[in-house]
Amino acid sequence: MPLSTRHLLGLQGVSQEDIQLILDTAVTFREVLERPIKKVPTLQGKTIVNLFYENSTRTRISFELAQKRLSADTVNFSTSTSSTKKGETFKDTVRNIEAMKVDMIVVRHESAGVPQYLTKISKANIINAGDGTHEHPTQALLDMYSIREKLGRLEGLKVCIVGDIAHSRVALSNIFGLKAMGAEVSLCGPHSMMPRDIEKLGVKIITNIDQAIEESDVLNVLRIQLERKAGSSFPSVREYHKYFGITEERLEKFNKDIVILHPGPINRGVEISSEVADGPYQIILDQVTNGVAVRMAVLYLLGTLN
Amino acid sequence: MKIILKNLTLINPDQNLNQKSDLLIVDGIIKKIGNLTPDDENKTEVYDFKNKICVPGLFDMHVHLREPGREDEETVETGSNSAAAGGFTGVACMPNTNPAIDSAEVVKFVIEKASKHLVDVYPIAAVTAGRKGENLSPMYELIEAGAVGFSDDGDAVKSASILRTALEYSADFNTPIIEHCEEPSLAGGAMNESFTSTYLGLPGIPTVAEDLIVMRDIMMAEYTGGKIHVAHISSKNSVELVRQAKKKGLRVTAEVAPHHFTLTDEAVKSYDTNTKMNPPLRTKSDLDAMIEGLKDGTIDCIASDHAPHSLEEKEMEFQYAPNGIVGLETQVGLTLSELYHKKHLSIEQVIEKLSINPRKILNIPVPQIKEGEVANLTIIDTDLVWTVDIKKFKSKCKNSPFDKRLLTGKAIASINKGKMFVEGKFVNLK
Repeated sequence: MPLSTRHLLGLQGVSQEDIQLILDTAVTFREVLERPIKKVPTLQGKTIVNLFYENSTRTRISFELAQKRLSADTVNFSTSTSSTKKGETFKDTVRNIEAMKVDMIVVRHESAGVPQYLTKISKANIINAGDGTHEHPTQALLDMYSIREKLGRLEGLKVCIVGDIAHSRVALSNIFGLKAMGAEVSLCGPHSMMPRDIEKLGVKIITNIDQAIEESDVLNVLRIQLERKAGSSFPSVREYHKYFGITEERLEKFNKDIVILHPGPINRGVEISSEVADGPYQIILDQVTNGVAVRMAVLYLLGTLN
Repeated sequence: MKIILKNLTLINPDQNLNQKSDLLIVDGIIKKIGNLTPDDENKTEVYDFKNKICVPGLFDMHVHLREPGREDEETVETGSNSAAAGGFTGVACMPNTNPAIDSAEVVKFVIEKASKHLVDVYPIAAVTAGRKGENLSPMYELIEAGAVGFSDDGDAVKSASILRTALEYSADFNTPIIEHCEEPSLAGGAMNESFTSTYLGLPGIPTVAEDLIVMRDIMMAEYTGGKIHVAHISSKNSVELVRQAKKKGLRVTAEVAPHHFTLTDEAVKSYDTNTKMNPPLRTKSDLDAMIEGLKDGTIDCIASDHAPHSLEEKEMEFQYAPNGIVGLETQVGLTLSELYHKKHLSIEQVIEKLSINPRKILNIPVPQIKEGEVANLTIIDTDLVWTVDIKKFKSKCKNSPFDKRLLTGKAIASINKGKMFVEGKFVNLK
């Protein structure tokens, strides 16, 4: 059964069947990653451009590895090495790349909506690798994959996303994806980190981290973006850590099995303490490995559509 | 030259006029209303305007003509062509040009550019030099040169203290300070802050950013006795603030742009940059408040905020695209479709908001449909069903979210200064 969409722009509106298909396909690729020769010829002859208008290390490497493992030809484009600095518009850049006959474009951009815009100016399959504070669908897919791998299911689970929801692209994708898969989603953080009317998406806001731990099966702990101007939505790292940081002490209070995810890169001692980041509850490095498999699945499913 | 306009219904609420009649116009002057003789019709161009209405020439008090500075986007001439095509015989143009309209020279330059055109162009001058919000512009000189109001449009007047001084200094002119109401520390977003901005991941501009400055300005109008005009009002709370200010008898007026009573921020879901403007498209409850405000007179007039932007500027990532849409050629159609045909406003109210009130706010005489007066008229077919086609716009720019939209009602002729725009071209009446 093929995917019902040509592009992966976000998880908003993506069906349970499509998500299921991606996650199931990723299981196969996850096995490939354990082989001594980690390469399959599936996308041989396909050309993929990684169009990164914003700094990214892990997402870009993860995509690139996924592409290489599938034997696709890949080209990386990032703003520092592009003609954008010479004043070329985004549209002209894309038209030029398009003229070189590419099959897929993986795009990251700081302006929300760019992947959708790309579908209008390019014939390639578009994969969103993060747009503004909108969506980051492959991150949510790998989060869901990792939860399912650990707990065996998604349906009925209580997942709490902790942190700066308003400035996150991971949160929305997780909300859409997890809800499509039948999980219950809550958000934890001070109200200044919650975007306007987010409750309308059918999520609960919890402002007490202990309550979030107590009520949840899974915590997805977002990175506090220290590079954002200080004081934007919270007064200090010290205060954030004290009231919203995930610490061993807090987890032990409830003496329960809980799974902790983090999309990385981690700020140790801010949103998560070092003990927890290296401790028994977290599956942070599994997420990274699974990320390659999930991206292989997405690339494979879109790249083999006609 | 003589022309006859036949079978019109003449409507001008400013004269309590509503009657069916023919008009004889000689060399651009209304010579006769009714009682035309066979002699009048001899060697005369006759236009049959059966079932059409004839109203005092429409006026748009908020347009951006981009000249001087961005003549690639619009000029006084092309903007005036766009106005005439949209049914407007007069416009007031905003001073956020380059250089800004903050000196008598630039005011005269703009007026001179428009002197031979059908459309009367009245410059609004900057409140502060360079619109920087620091030093007052030379207001006496600007008024003497022909400016009809003051605005730092694009921004609100930067500080309460400069606003106060401007209101006091300009008190004798009886001109309004026209305010783009937006608190700068809450500005900078790409769309209305709402559930939709959350859903689209775009940074929001909250309605409270508008409300705060509307509130400040109303209080300053009260304190100084000055005249404040709220440009492009878009938030429900702001409408209520203006309503209360009017109840108190303060000298506060307001305008709304057609897109704010036609579209909501749901339209942004396409990420089409032609849905990006400032103030942004708001929610349904704001839209309903615009209509309520128009009905009860809280909102005095309708103005397009005509803001031409070139294709290459608008064809861009949503967050980086400039704000604004062209509006002169869709304004009458949208007003009639959304307000008149939906029975929110009577035709008299429509004419007040599109012709009479904006002139009164700017102290410009309202054209009278009387024998001996200059024919400054717009002919409107309220029932014409037409489809917006941006390619046919007379404006240099095509940045409109209304392309392909079906509208009911259109201005089919504009007459002023001995010229008529009809059937897509200018006709000299002298």
